[in-house]
Amino acid sequence: MNERLSISAARNIFYGGTIFFAVIFIALVINSVNYATDSETSNASELNEKVALGKEVWERNSCINCHTLFGEGAYFAPELGNVWVRRGGREDAEGAADFIKEWMKSQPSGVEGRRQMPQFNLSEEELEGLVEFFKWTSGVNTQNWPPNDEG
Amino acid sequence: MKYQSQKVALYYFVGALVLFLSQVSFGALAGAVYVWPNLLSETIPFSVIRMIHTNSLIVWLLMGFMGASYYLIAEEAETEIYSPLIAKIQFWLFLFGGAAAIVGYLMGIHGGREFLEQPTWIKVAIVVVALMFLFNLTMTVLKGRKTAVSMVLIVGLWGVALLFLFAFYNPVNLVLDKMFWWFVVHLWVEGVWELVMASILAFLMIKLTGVDREVVEKWLYLIVSLALFTGLLGTGHHYYWIGTPGYWQWIGSVFSTLEVAPFFAMVLFTFYMVWKGGRTHPNKAALLWCLGCSVFAFFGAGVWGFLHTLSNVNYYSHGTQITAAHGHLAFYGAYVMVNIAIMTYAMPKLIGREPYRQMLNMWGFWVTSSGVAFMTFTLTFAGTIQAHVQRFLGESYMDVQDQLGFFYILRLGSGLVVVIGAFMIVYSLFVPGREARRVSPSAHSQAAE
Repeated sequence: MNERLSISAARNIFYGGTIFFAVIFIALVINSVNYATDSETSNASELNEKVALGKEVWERNSCINCHTLFGEGAYFAPELGNVWVRRGGREDAEGAADFIKEWMKSQPSGVEGRRQMPQFNLSEEELEGLVEFFKWTSGVNTQNWPPNDEG
Repeated sequence: MKYQSQKVALYYFVGALVLFLSQVSFGALAGAVYVWPNLLSETIPFSVIRMIHTNSLIVWLLMGFMGASYYLIAEEAETEIYSPLIAKIQFWLFLFGGAAAIVGYLMGIHGGREFLEQPTWIKVAIVVVALMFLFNLTMTVLKGRKTAVSMVLIVGLWGVALLFLFAFYNPVNLVLDKMFWWFVVHLWVEGVWELVMASILAFLMIKLTGVDREVVEKWLYLIVSLALFTGLLGTGHHYYWIGTPGYWQWIGSVFSTLEVAPFFAMVLFTFYMVWKGGRTHPNKAALLWCLGCSVFAFFGAGVWGFLHTLSNVNYYSHGTQITAAHGHLAFYGAYVMVNIAIMTYAMPKLIGREPYRQMLNMWGFWVTSSGVAFMTFTLTFAGTIQAHVQRFLGESYMDVQDQLGFFYILRLGSGLVVVIGAFMIVYSLFVPGREARRVSPSAHSQAAE
C-alpha cells in the first residue's frame, strides 16, 4: 500500500469518516422517525389498543417465521402487510374481517402436498386485534409496494 | 500457542461447531418441508424449524467470534488474558442461554420479531455475557500492546453489543419497530461484524503470510473505513418499502451499491498478501479458508447483494427467494468461512498438534462451498421466476410457489451436500489424524507461527 499514507493517518480517516457518516445517518433517521409518527405523513394516529393487541398476537405466534410483512420475513407463506386489501377490505370491511377470522379458525387444512399453517387457538378478541393490525398495516405508506395486490 | 490462557478459545470453538451442525441440520429439515409440506407440520411447525436454523447460526457465529477474539487478543496484546475464569463462566452462560432459547422454541416459547425471538430474560443474559466478554477483552488490551488489529476488533465488538440494545425497543408503531430492528440486523452484518471479520483476516494474514504488520494494518483500516462509510447509509436499502420517506430509495441505492467496495478490497488484500508474503505456511487449509472467505464474501455479500439492491429492481425482487439466495451465500462467505478459517488455524495449536487432516478439511471446504453455491443458484432462479410471475404478472403467491417445486428439490439436494460438508469440516477439526503423529518435533518448532 501507498508509502505516503501513514498508519495513524489511516486510523484517523477511519474514525473521522465513520463519525461523519454516522452523524448523517442519525440525522436522516430522526427525520424518518418524525415522518413515521406525524399524522400528516403517516397513519400513526390510527394506532389503538386493538392494533397493539394484534401486533402482540402476531409476535407471540411468530407469524414472521413463515410469512412476510412489508416483504420482510420467511418467504414460506404469503405477504400479509396488504392482506386486508387483497381480501377486499377496502370495499367490504366486514367480509374481509370474517374471511381472516375464519381462515385462522380452519387451519391446518391437512391437505396433502400443501403447506400447512398451525392452529393457534386465538380468542375472538385476539382475532379482532389481528384483523385491526392488518387493517392498520395496509394503510402504511409503503411507496406503492407491493407492485400488485398479490403481495 | 504462546499464551496458556489462549486455551479458553477451545471452549468457544467446540461450542460453536456443535451449534454449526445444529444449524445446517435444521436448515436441511426446513428445506425438506419445502419439498414435503406435511412433514412434521403437527409437531414442529416450519416457523420453529426456521427459528432454530437462524438462531443457531447467529449464536455459533458470535461464539466463534468470541473464541477467535480470546485467541488472537493474547498474541496481539502479548500478554495473558485478563481473566480466563470470566471467559469460562461467560462461555457456559452463553451456551446455557442459547440452549435454553432453542428448547424454549421447541416448546412454543418465543417472541415474534425475526432473529430476535429470544425471550426477554435471555436477551438480558446475552447483554450480561457481552459485558463480561468486553470487560475481559478490554482489560487484556489495556495491560498489553495495542495494535490496530485489536483496536478494530474491540471497536467492532463494542458496536455489536451496543447495537443489540435496540433489540429491547419494540414500539407498537410497526414502522418504527422495523426501522430500529434493522439497527440490530443490518448494522451488525453490514457494519460492525465486518470489522470483526476484517480484523480476524488481518491477524491470519500476518500469521500465515509473514507480511509486515504495518502493511496489513493499513489495509485493515482501508477495508473497515470502506465498510462503515458505505454500510451506515447503506441501511437505506432496508428503508425502501416499510413506511419511511422516499429519499431512502436514492440514498440506499447509491450507498448499498458501494457496499461491494469493502468486500472487493478484502479479495485484493488476501490475494496480494499471499502473493507478497511468498512463503509456504504448513497450515494450507487455513490459507484456503482465508482466500475462500474473501472470494465467497465478495460474491455473496457483494455481487448477490448488488443484484437486488437498486430500488427499482428491489421493488420487484423484495422478499422473494432472491433475498434467500443472497442471505445464504453472504452469511456463508463472510461469517461462516472466517470462523472456520480461524478455527482451522488455531485448533491444531490449541490441541498442541501440527496441522492435521488438512486433506479432509480442504475436501470439507470444497464440498460445503459447492453445496452453498449450488443452493444459491437454485434459489436465484426460483426468485427470478417468482419476481416475474408474482410481482410483475400478478399471479397469486401459492400458485407461483407450486411452480417452483423443481428448484426446491434441487435446493434440498444442495442443502444435504452442505450438511455432509459441515460434518467433514467438524470431524477434521476435532479428530486428530495419523498424519499429525508423523510430524517430527524439529519441524514443529521451525514451522510454528
